[in-house]
Amino acid sequence: MLTSRCLKGVVTGYPLGIVAKEIKIQESEFNKDFITRLIPKLDWNVFWSTAKQIGYEGSLTQQIIADYENNENFLKDVHHALVEVDIFEGELICPETNRKFPITDGIPNMLIKDNEL
Amino acid sequence: MKNFKKYLFWFANDHVDFRLSEIESIVSLLKTTIKWKEKPTIKPYWIAELPSEDVVKEIARRSVSLKHITELWAWSSTIENLHEQVRKFSDDHLIQCPDLHQISFKFNVEVYCNTQKYSEKVSKIETFNYLPFKGRVNLNNPDITLTYIEYFGNDPNKVPEKPYHLFFGKMIAKSQRKSISDLSLKNRIFIGNTSMDAELSLIMANCAKVTDGDLVYDPFVGSGSLLVAAAYFGGYVFGVDIDYLMIHGRTKPTRKQARDKPRKNESVLANMKQYGLESHYLDVLVGDSSLPIWRPELRLDAIITDPPYGIREATEKIGTSKERQNSSSICNSETKFPSKVIYSFHQILFDLFYFSAAHLKLNGRLVTWIPVYRDDYDEDHYIPQHPCFTLISNCEQIISRVLSRRLLTFEKTKEPTAEELENFEISDSGFREKYFSYKHGRDLVSN
Ligand SMILES: C[S@@+](CC[C@H](N)C(=O)[O-])C[C@H]1O[C@@H](n2cnc3c(N)ncnc32)[C@H](O)[C@@H]1O
Repeated sequence: MLTSRCLKGVVTGYPLGIVAKEIKIQESEFNKDFITRLIPKLDWNVFWSTAKQIGYEGSLTQQIIADYENNENFLKDVHHALVEVDIFEGELICPETNRKFPITDGIPNMLIKDNEL
Repeated sequence: MKNFKKYLFWFANDHVDFRLSEIESIVSLLKTTIKWKEKPTIKPYWIAELPSEDVVKEIARRSVSLKHITELWAWSSTIENLHEQVRKFSDDHLIQCPDLHQISFKFNVEVYCNTQKYSEKVSKIETFNYLPFKGRVNLNNPDITLTYIEYFGNDPNKVPEKPYHLFFGKMIAKSQRKSISDLSLKNRIFIGNTSMDAELSLIMANCAKVTDGDLVYDPFVGSGSLLVAAAYFGGYVFGVDIDYLMIHGRTKPTRKQARDKPRKNESVLANMKQYGLESHYLDVLVGDSSLPIWRPELRLDAIITDPPYGIREATEKIGTSKERQNSSSICNSETKFPSKVIYSFHQILFDLFYFSAAHLKLNGRLVTWIPVYRDDYDEDHYIPQHPCFTLISNCEQIISRVLSRRLLTFEKTKEPTAEELENFEISDSGFREKYFSYKHGRDLVSN
């Protein structure tokens, strides 16, 4: 959901591109309610293509399936890609300026230089 | 009409000013109602009517200001009358219970604002030996805990001969106070010098009505102490901080004894793991909360934060070169950090409300601290006002003779119009300027 809107001149700055150099899987308890509530808040297309790009789309498809509330396997795959897959080292890339935001130790750095404001 | 039972809310003796805010938030979260028989005051007990014992248990399960909630069987200002009431209660309600000889029990005797010896406690318990409980005493896991409380007033310098009030009843539930020690900063892996203690963090999560599956955000996340509390109550948490070294656990150690040990793996995630809450950790990132970094569609259930006041930590944001002339810290080219300028508290509040108006769900809560110069405090100037937010509560924690901070709970009661999103005013208390002129002028510094 991150954007690079903070960059000067970038109007939408979204979606950010992603480069994953090291991926860690953080096992995490599946909470059906939470994932179900989160899905409508996602931009599904972006989520799916990002997951696919780093190879963790699992059984997920480009079109969100109907009645996913009742599809436990589907929800689990979303949970895995969204919560458990952690890009430990990598980069986020602004789609408009190609500005790169490094990810170190799993923490993205969105700070910018003052001449980029 | 149903006759509701009466319950005694018995509080721990700290953060008195936060009690009502915490309890009312929990009651609102549970979508229930509470009817006070005695209006809440600074006394450590409140008496309320509640619709069911389940509600009582749920309130106790969330509260950290409470010690326990007890079903009241008797309360009085004299011991004779108290016993009369307890006897009557026993005759009316207890003696017909079929399994009295099996029920194990224990007594919990509390004396407020006075002391008691063990022998005194035992003889007090003996005065209730007319009660029909014939089962075993079980101190660790009794079927029933009987509470007896003597209240000697609130003033330790004026303790009366006899208690002002006496209470007797059956304890229904202990509170969540245990979590204060479970989550104590003393044993936490990663802390910073402005980490919020566990109790206040939990109170904040209660004021924010954080519940299972909520999305909770802290724009000034630091060591993540507020997120720990939010995750503890079921929130899924994320946050941002401008301090790269802090977020990566590379600042100078805060604990004295740890200064010479190399530190490893210190991070907000490590804290979450320490408490088994890692499945509630979403993300922490390095960024500047004065700039938009989230897509406009992001909707949060709650925002809890302790913004920088510029007393113990730098208040910073990324500045432009023009602003840089009066900047506090100049860009350190080695670590390639951007230059930073002073971020006034007024501007922080403005940005926080701007962000919250845009991203908080309707009826979601924003819980934040503001620093206050006590002499100078008046609500009109210090408390931010915004057309989309309603102030729910305002609790003071005194820090020194001159300073305090206030915990403000706001609810977003309206979606902003385009106009309201951009144009609103936050009055300027000029806190930082005053604080520093005071500090330099009289050289009186708080902790
Ligand atoms: C009072 S501390 C919060 C401490 C936090 N509750 C904890 O548990 O450690 C305020 C934090 O705000 C951060 N900060 C200051 N200016 C900021 C900015 N412009 N954007 C994001 N974070 C900022 C500071 O680095 C500091 O960690």
